[in-house]
Amino acid sequence: MTVDTITEQETIDGVRQIVEKIGSTRANLIPILQAVTNNFGYISETAIKEISTRLNLPNNEIFSVATFYRMLSTQPRGKHIIQFCESAPCHVVGGREVWLALKSALNIEPGETTPDKKWTLLTTSCLGVCGIGPVLMIDTDIYGNVKPEQVKTILSRYD
Amino acid sequence: MAFYRSTVLVSVDPICVEKGAYELIDVLNDELIKQGLIDEVQILETTRLGDPQKLGPDLMIYPEGTHYTNIKYVDVPRLVEEHFIKGRVLQQYAAKMIDSMDEELRAPREKEIRVVLRNIGVIDPRNIEDYFAYDGYMALGKVLTEMTPEDVIQEILDAKLRGRGGAGFPTGLKWKFARQAEGNIKYLICNADEGDPGAFMNRRVLEGDPHSVIEGMIIAAFAIGAKQGYVYCRAEYPIAVSTLNLAIKQARSFGLLGKNIMGTDFSFDLEVRMGAGAFVCGEETALMASIEGNRGEPRTRPPFPAQKGLWGKPTNINNVETYANVPQIILKGSEWFSSMGTEKSKGTKTFALAGDVKNTGLIEVPFGITLREIIFEVGGGIKNDKKFKAVQTGGPMGGCLPESLLDLPVDYETLGAAGSIMGSGGMIVMDEDTCMVDIARFFMEFTQDESCGKCVPCRVGTHRLLEILESICAGEGKEGDIEELQELCVQIKNNSLCGLGKGAPNPVESTLKHFMDEYQAHIYEKSCPAKVCRSLITFEIMDGPCTGCTVCARNCPVNAISGERKQTHVIDQDICIKCGICHQVCQFDAIKVS
Repeated sequence: MTVDTITEQETIDGVRQIVEKIGSTRANLIPILQAVTNNFGYISETAIKEISTRLNLPNNEIFSVATFYRMLSTQPRGKHIIQFCESAPCHVVGGREVWLALKSALNIEPGETTPDKKWTLLTTSCLGVCGIGPVLMIDTDIYGNVKPEQVKTILSRYD
Repeated sequence: MAFYRSTVLVSVDPICVEKGAYELIDVLNDELIKQGLIDEVQILETTRLGDPQKLGPDLMIYPEGTHYTNIKYVDVPRLVEEHFIKGRVLQQYAAKMIDSMDEELRAPREKEIRVVLRNIGVIDPRNIEDYFAYDGYMALGKVLTEMTPEDVIQEILDAKLRGRGGAGFPTGLKWKFARQAEGNIKYLICNADEGDPGAFMNRRVLEGDPHSVIEGMIIAAFAIGAKQGYVYCRAEYPIAVSTLNLAIKQARSFGLLGKNIMGTDFSFDLEVRMGAGAFVCGEETALMASIEGNRGEPRTRPPFPAQKGLWGKPTNINNVETYANVPQIILKGSEWFSSMGTEKSKGTKTFALAGDVKNTGLIEVPFGITLREIIFEVGGGIKNDKKFKAVQTGGPMGGCLPESLLDLPVDYETLGAAGSIMGSGGMIVMDEDTCMVDIARFFMEFTQDESCGKCVPCRVGTHRLLEILESICAGEGKEGDIEELQELCVQIKNNSLCGLGKGAPNPVESTLKHFMDEYQAHIYEKSCPAKVCRSLITFEIMDGPCTGCTVCARNCPVNAISGERKQTHVIDQDICIKCGICHQVCQFDAIKVS
């Protein structure tokens, strides 16, 4: 489902199910927010309000935690999420060139989504596969030993 | 208990049995009786030792650890004669040392001693019985039947195990404080938020030998009196998380976790909590805040977690590798452990070699080995035989060390004195084509992004450092920049709330100290000696070598290159983004970087 087609009620029902499954104490907040991000693509205002009700916490507390962590998003994201490792070990083995090729192929800055909502480009911290750098991750696929010339081919695999 | 000088483990994996493993045991038994060795050599059956399809029937002889494969039992008499009587390896059947187990973890090199990494690639992490076969949970058995919590703490103190997360605090002391703290409810946490770029040791241990960590944690919980534990694992490691969850489930089913462990009145259970993408959550107080459902912001210490930790209760928090060392220390003794290493840093340490070194991947070496030995012997030297320039140790809070310091023996104190830190064990090797100012800027970008924002020296200080470094790399450095960088480093180090802030200036300080000439070249000559900083270099096509093959033009992402076939091409400097792709794809070396 895309961001546009989901209704408020569907969000509320979905969040309620998640909270019931995970638990409604404060300690469960981050797992709940992760599940919401995975299910809906991002944490909408509606979702925040529902979580706030279920956990009996102020809206801004939820918002404060949701905006702190990189893997949680309060903004709608594209169909495919590209995460590029911008850490030093990938950088010293040619990561810079790959990054430049990636940015110019998509024509957006990190954190942005392409106008056709197909791609969101993010930088990520080290994924822990430094032996095969430079590394980029699209959704859950990890690509290692990436060369700049390969960027366009890799992107073309996703529709 | 009978004492055997040798033990023969014969694989009775179903495939090996099909190939005649039991017949092999019978023939071996007969031969040993015939040679009068039956009281000295013990034969045991075991699970598979290697790929049974390719290698069976096979057996392993200890203490040598020789693996004999594809044995025909007509050759057993000769094997007994050669191996047990003459003391020689029967080469015909000895398994060939596989040079590379996988890209990240190769077969051990000469100077390595594998303690924490010993089971990885050898056992199946998704099968607890493999771990049992390799002395798994025997340490826990010893602890629960023969030792008191105080005994355990004393053993860890005697071994002089220091925290492997980076700070190197004596583990035994930490456990002692947690034990002495008042209260019935205590928590145990494993810090598996390995966020240092370049470090993936913890990830491999969790994916390849999760029970070594779990067993270590149960022993620690017994020592301090905790009933509940958490493994905080970063979300970027999904396989580690699923492997851990499966391991915990299997341990529970064998009565090794949960109520009345091994039938005693000690109860302890474990849960995995995932991170959500915040480097700062590797800091212990931020980590606990995250488990509690808050922003991962550190707080001041004291009070230390041992007094007031998770939900205000006494908590012991250690790194994955620290716990993984515990079962071996209990089994083999503190004397064995402290026989390795230097005076103040005992035991072994895993390192992850990354960057411009030939053998990237994980290694485990005793403390006291020099950087030169690590990089050039174990690591195989610099890739493409280029020149070594610097090595960065300890992650983004560590410093860069130049060639002059390569003979430094690696331990907590020496690295600290040299301006770096041990950190978690990431080592990034850099060759002559690396710009050290760019590297400093790079690390600062990371640290600035990951700063939690709570305290001004870190939040604002790293921002200012980054600004200055960026302007230097862009060719806009000016008089006074270097002094300002130095002053800022001191202020940030002295006034930040947590380790992230305190360590953030290290890459800058160490590069200023050892590579001052590069900073000066950038600022005063507006040049980048390593030809990296884009604003200070130009790409030009040289007339002579250029054949007009058009490969560069076709690969240029911004169409900055023009030219007819077979005519020398030209790069339009106004459009060129200095990505370097043309330089990489040119077959004729026609592109000059200056």
